Amino acid sequence: MFKTLMLGVAALALSTGMAQAEITAKKVKIGILTDLSGTYSDLAGQGTITAAQMAIDDFGGKVNGFPVELVSADHQNKADIASAIARKWYENEGVDAIAELVTTAAARAVREVAKEKGKIDLNSGAASLPLTNDWCSPTGFHWTYDNYATAVGTATAVVKQGGTSWFFLTADYAFGHDLQAQAERVVKANGGTVVGSVSHPFPNSDFSSFLLQAQSSGAKIIGLANAGQDTINAIKQAKEFGLDKGGQSLAGLLVFITDIHSLGLDTAKGMLLTTGFYWDMDDGTRAFAKRFGAKMNGKMPTMVQAGVYSQVTHYLKAVAAADTTEGIKVADKMREIPIKDFFAKNGHIRADGRMVHDMYLVQVKTPAESKGPWDYYKVIRTIPGDEAFRPLSESTCPLVKK
Amino acid sequence: MITFFGIPLQALLGQLLLGLINGAFYAMLSLGLALIFGLLNIVNFAHGALYMMGAFCAWLMLNQLGLGYWAALAVAPVVVGLLGMIIERTMLCRLYKLDHLYGLLLTFGLALIIEGMFRQLYGISGMPYAVPKELQGGWNLGIMYLPIYRGWVVLASIVVCGGTWLVIEKTKLGSYLRAATENPTLVRAFGINVPLMVTLTFGFGVALAAFAGVMAAPIYSVNPLMGSNLIIVVFAVVVIGGMGSMAGAILTSFGLGLVEGLTKVFYPEAASTVIFVVMAVLLLIKPAGLFGKKA
Repeated sequence: MFKTLMLGVAALALSTGMAQAEITAKKVKIGILTDLSGTYSDLAGQGTITAAQMAIDDFGGKVNGFPVELVSADHQNKADIASAIARKWYENEGVDAIAELVTTAAARAVREVAKEKGKIDLNSGAASLPLTNDWCSPTGFHWTYDNYATAVGTATAVVKQGGTSWFFLTADYAFGHDLQAQAERVVKANGGTVVGSVSHPFPNSDFSSFLLQAQSSGAKIIGLANAGQDTINAIKQAKEFGLDKGGQSLAGLLVFITDIHSLGLDTAKGMLLTTGFYWDMDDGTRAFAKRFGAKMNGKMPTMVQAGVYSQVTHYLKAVAAADTTEGIKVADKMREIPIKDFFAKNGHIRADGRMVHDMYLVQVKTPAESKGPWDYYKVIRTIPGDEAFRPLSESTCPLVKK
Repeated sequence: MITFFGIPLQALLGQLLLGLINGAFYAMLSLGLALIFGLLNIVNFAHGALYMMGAFCAWLMLNQLGLGYWAALAVAPVVVGLLGMIIERTMLCRLYKLDHLYGLLLTFGLALIIEGMFRQLYGISGMPYAVPKELQGGWNLGIMYLPIYRGWVVLASIVVCGGTWLVIEKTKLGSYLRAATENPTLVRAFGINVPLMVTLTFGFGVALAAFAGVMAAPIYSVNPLMGSNLIIVVFAVVVIGGMGSMAGAILTSFGLGLVEGLTKVFYPEAASTVIFVVMAVLLLIKPAGLFGKKA
């Protein structure tokens, strides 16, 4: 008995030893680098690891006969940690592509490493526009949404519905100011006016003072150029201070379904926002959401999580077609093959790495309209990809030939 | 129209009122901290986590038991206070003879564990909690629209803070407490159960945090990190007021609420830093804080 056991152990040791000796060409390794414990861990986090694993399983677990392996780590929203993990993964652990990458600081840090190594980075969670402009890379992709897409969709719709005068509550860091700038441009282009704005510290829990300033500005629309807890607190307190009763409405420029879940429909009802994905749109999205929910305690996928499924699937398709894991060759294939899945009905990747797909303008349901938890959105309009994302003609990415 | 530095007087008055309201919140939290430090010499870094537990207790009562805001206001402080007493009896009481730093490390560790557990169970985004029906709506004061709930926060804060101050400073029980912290051995010689008093005091300080948590639930996002965002500011308030001085903590809370409120009008970007600037300047001039006794 003991001998058999020893033999088994020896065999196992040998086989793992052999597997390690093989180079990355004989297996495909994908890393999910995300926020597993901080502010973004609900909208990205564990759900993105689950989504990536589902994508790998649905692909059959193998690419051209070679196994696909998934690793994951928490970057804690810190650029230095993200960059160190990315370096370790790409250099020593044979990771071929890093996906998800919520929060711009971490995304940018990984982008630099990936560019230097000629490896793939697939962004789903970070919002900043420079990822496909000044910081663009031949092997870097931006999948789900960006500041332009969420701000433009919402601001255009709101101005067209008569919300012509705006006041912005802006989180005082690069992301917030970028978001405000995107929305402001659209408001003005559509004939609206911006009557004022206030930059609030990030993070901030009490918005009463800023809401009072917004209230006395007389603007019809209060644009929320912030995210996460800041948005939640601002919306909650805006209702408390009766902004809606004074005829003012809120426009969230970046809102996730997890924020709505946290606010409750009674507080959030009627709000317009733009999203890259909603789970309850058709049979394809519902089927994915149902499987995802079964693994995630009943939670429905956010756009970031669904985007990770789509990007991992597309990456594996490209590896299969190119028959290599070499970054630049896979990236070329990724740009060549169109994207058609439950997430993106008619997606394609541009020279700057932007995955262009339809976005959706939605309105938050009232408690009476909703049938239960996660039944939160009415799709008002499908925004075609070319309108949703910033046109290539305005790109500052050096890879774009003009 | 009368204006101050380009801000209409009406708007300015509104902002000052809001500053006072925020001060009321700081007062409830800093009072518990000052009480625990003044009487027990513990720097309680778990205060924010216990405040968060108060808010979550209210949410759980509503969703699991169907009990509303008023019940939560009564029950949550008792439940969380009891937990505080268990923490004091099983862990903190072993550290009294050691340096302050050990108590700080223990409570900081506890805060991380408690927050981690809630994050694991409920995620990070937070839970919805509505303003109770009786307190919805608001009054138009002319200078601003004042939600009834905020008025209630100020009222509750004044009653709770004033009551606590009276008990500690003006009653026999309070004098026992103060004596027990000055010289526990002597007070024990008079037949008073000092350890029990210490435990009850800690429990009460924690209950104050939980009370503030329930008060916060309808207006702030109820999430596992809500306490850690607030606790640093509250510590600064306690330091400025003079560590351990209860009257100092209460008055400083309202004062700093006003300073913060004004900053939000004139230079909003600095609103989160202004309290720390005040703290740094004040410590240079008066190292023991505004109302602190010299060590």
